[in-house]
Amino acid sequence: MNIVVLAKLIPDLVEELEIDDSGTALDMTWLRLIINELDDHAIEEAILLKERTGANVTVLAPDIEGVDDILFTAAAKGAERLIKIVGDYESGVNNHALARVLTPVMKDLQPDLILVGVEAHEDLDGSIGPLLAGYLDLPFIGYVASIELEDGKATATKEYPGGLSVEMEVTLPVVLGIQVAEEPPRYVAVSKVRQAMKTAEIEELEAGDFDLAGGPTIDRMYQPEVSEGATIIDGSLDDIADSLIGIFKELGVQ
Amino acid sequence: MTATAAQAPNPSISDTFYTSLFEVDNGERIRACLQCGTCSGVCPFGYLMGFPPGRMIAYLRADRFENVLESDTVWMCVSCYACTAVCPKEIPLTPGLMTRAKEELLLEGNVPTELQDALMNSQRYGNPLGESPRKRAEWTKGLDFDIPTFREAKRPVDVLWFVGDYPSYHPRVQLTTKAMAKILRVLGVDFAILGPEENSDGDSQRLAGERGLFEMLAEKNGKAFGKYEFNEIITSDPHAYNAIKNEYPKLGINFPVQHFTEFVADRIDELKPHLKDIGERRVTYHDPCYLGRANDIYDPPRKLLGAIPGVELVEMTHNRTNSLCCGGGGGGMWLDGFQWEKAHVRLSEWRIQEAVNVDADILAVACPYEPPRFEDAAKMVQGAGRLMVKDIAELLADSLKMEE
Ligand code: SF4
Ligand code: SF4
Repeated sequence: MNIVVLAKLIPDLVEELEIDDSGTALDMTWLRLIINELDDHAIEEAILLKERTGANVTVLAPDIEGVDDILFTAAAKGAERLIKIVGDYESGVNNHALARVLTPVMKDLQPDLILVGVEAHEDLDGSIGPLLAGYLDLPFIGYVASIELEDGKATATKEYPGGLSVEMEVTLPVVLGIQVAEEPPRYVAVSKVRQAMKTAEIEELEAGDFDLAGGPTIDRMYQPEVSEGATIIDGSLDDIADSLIGIFKELGVQ
Repeated sequence: MTATAAQAPNPSISDTFYTSLFEVDNGERIRACLQCGTCSGVCPFGYLMGFPPGRMIAYLRADRFENVLESDTVWMCVSCYACTAVCPKEIPLTPGLMTRAKEELLLEGNVPTELQDALMNSQRYGNPLGESPRKRAEWTKGLDFDIPTFREAKRPVDVLWFVGDYPSYHPRVQLTTKAMAKILRVLGVDFAILGPEENSDGDSQRLAGERGLFEMLAEKNGKAFGKYEFNEIITSDPHAYNAIKNEYPKLGINFPVQHFTEFVADRIDELKPHLKDIGERRVTYHDPCYLGRANDIYDPPRKLLGAIPGVELVEMTHNRTNSLCCGGGGGGMWLDGFQWEKAHVRLSEWRIQEAVNVDADILAVACPYEPPRFEDAAKMVQGAGRLMVKDIAELLADSLKMEE
């Protein structure tokens, strides 16, 4: 049983985002990158499946600054194989292009199961799971919260809005978009990650040229603008509380 | 058994763990444990720990350390040094046994989720709160004078002020940080801060079992210290003080450090002419574990309080070496939910009750964990309605303000 997890680094929202001079993209100078949280859940789910079934886990990620850390961390958790896809990501790569580049790589790896976070906050042209499944001609189930593997089949529990869950049985191979792992992603001690840095190896594969077709063209990227319907109350806490009380009274709140 | 644990051909988990304790300063004293149980008795959470220190030693001797690794109540240890202070055989229980046990639990992956978040944040952002590292000096913005960073100063400076995590980011604790800035200014101290180049001191992460993370953070701070010229470090955070004084040197990072209260106590005569009456106040002082028991600093904070006109200093039942922990040490700061689930009491409320019992107007503190912890607790304790929690720096700054 081969499980391949696809993980991406995305902008960390702990820092304020800034738009670059072109006005169509994020300014990367000060941007911090972080593993997409749902991809982290996908890695955790893969490791849990490995612990239950003895599957092999490969983690695959685009070669963006910080990728070694997330790959070595995955190795410290138990992933056997680490691969980064080297390419020119600077000029902006969309999910269509990435999915096309990953298609032959995935075919070579012959996975029984591909896990990926069901979405990322920077997905502008749809999430990557279904795109990848499309190019690979495999079934896709998204918003998965748990997986059982048996006899060449997977039973995935998919979450729907309104607290509804549905179990679906699907023949492998399949691409699953992970909403949440069965347990929160585990913490690995820094000493274990450092150990993995010494022992684990990261394979490099060339992405080749990115074909951006199918993705959006961005005319303008901008910070949310304050609309006219809203009033922002400034001042000290006391002033703000006073104005609020005034407003409530005016509106007739007793 | 003739062979010692280290020589045994197939050492058990208990053997390996036991021998590893000898690496801690005076660690071999554990051999002399009398099984008197004093440690477990004085431990604030000893009554609900599966393995308080004395019993953990008994299990080690019985070759049953596995049982300890399966339990999660070791995480109730707040690294308060109470056990260490009373042990008749002077066994380093807090820095040795309890911290090593947490390290093993952490490696096994037996870590409460709450704690994982703080550790992950420290790894990612250099602070356990998960705040932007770029904004580490943002607190300086509300002041009417400049706080220089070393990078801006571009010259040798007398004092490096290691601000610390909570003093930099926590809105309540920022008030104490600003008060400290004001005092340094009145004293005319030539100081600078590291700003975004500063990382968490890492001591509480170390005591929560994450030694590798501690070393990573210490190396980053060591590198930043090494870049600039200064004579000494001061800090308001007893945990940072403990790390820089006692732990960093073991990693080859050697810089003289003073706690803020020591530093100001040495200059109290310069400050005194500026201190004005704050009105009659009954003040009691809480000895933080890492200033008191861990580092024997009891008098400078009391000297500062005594210098403020109007202050009447009263002692609580537990003071100095037998002070009560606020519950925030050793990772406790990040385990409030876990502790509550297990204990349904908060150590900080116990402390507030003692302050109420001596009829104090003000509970004075000297550790950045404490203002938010004690203020929260005061809301829950009967009769604590008028009790104020103030850092000593805030009380000094209040007294300076009277002058303006
Ligand atoms: S107080 Fe010291 S001697 Fe007594 S049981 Fe505890 S560790 Fe042993
Ligand atoms: S350090 Fe404090 S909490 Fe930990 S075992 Fe000792 S007395 Fe108990």
